[in-house]
Amino acid sequence: MTSFEQGAELPPLRVTLTRTDVVRYAGASGDFNPIHWSDRVAQQVGLPGVVAHGMLTMAHAGRLVTGWLGDPGAIRSFGVRFTRPVPVPDVVDGVDDAEGAVVELSGTLKSVETVDGVRTGKVDIKCVFDGKTVLGRATAVVTLPG
Amino acid sequence: MSREKIREFATAVGERNPVCHDVSAAQAAGHPDLIAPPTFPVVFTMPRIEEMLRDPELGWRFEGTVHGGQSIEFRRPVHAGDELVCTIEIAGFSSRAGTNMLTLKCACTDSAGEAVCEVEALLLSPAAAEAGAS
Repeated sequence: MTSFEQGAELPPLRVTLTRTDVVRYAGASGDFNPIHWSDRVAQQVGLPGVVAHGMLTMAHAGRLVTGWLGDPGAIRSFGVRFTRPVPVPDVVDGVDDAEGAVVELSGTLKSVETVDGVRTGKVDIKCVFDGKTVLGRATAVVTLPG
Repeated sequence: MSREKIREFATAVGERNPVCHDVSAAQAAGHPDLIAPPTFPVVFTMPRIEEMLRDPELGWRFEGTVHGGQSIEFRRPVHAGDELVCTIEIAGFSSRAGTNMLTLKCACTDSAGEAVCEVEALLLSPAAAEAGAS
């Protein structure tokens, strides 16, 4: 039974990002910055290689919340800082889904209040890659069920 | 806002909720059409922001610009069939430790003139190597 009371922990989400995911997001979002598909360009700007779009990581953080609520329309506000890049490893022997960058998402319902008769909650989101936080100040205000 | 773009975006971010893919499911949930995942407004506001940042009149160094943060506020979800008008304003500018920080606010209204969402992007760019900098 899912709890929507203050202090509730969201069901954690573990996402494996592959090069295919990053390229698909580039196409879907129209963000074709070469740091998301060219190791050479990414290394020229000091990155270890291709990195995921910050917005792709943020979208998965959104999914942590909307999946918990069962409603992609329940988010009233959502904000993050992009504090660290998420490098996505190259394909291995032409097989992309064998390896990827594992991003762990979790969240806590920090506070609940009723505004104009509608129950709203503030969710703090944690997003960790390789033991380090990659989204800072990640919070969402949502409409709670019931 | 087209159905196919919303479906494609939802698929790319792993959002499988039928309200983003199936019109009858969206309508059964009380929406006029498919609704977009919450980060979708960045897709249509970012190209306008990039255009603005590349404009020499603004005096922003586009090369090396990094997306530092993003926030989105909704009055209602964006749905297929929406025709949105986005107005960008500079909400803040500061310079610290060799980095220029620009906050741009993008207000999106529908064809009836009603506010739908407000998208705020924080952009960072190295302040170094600017002509006349001391």
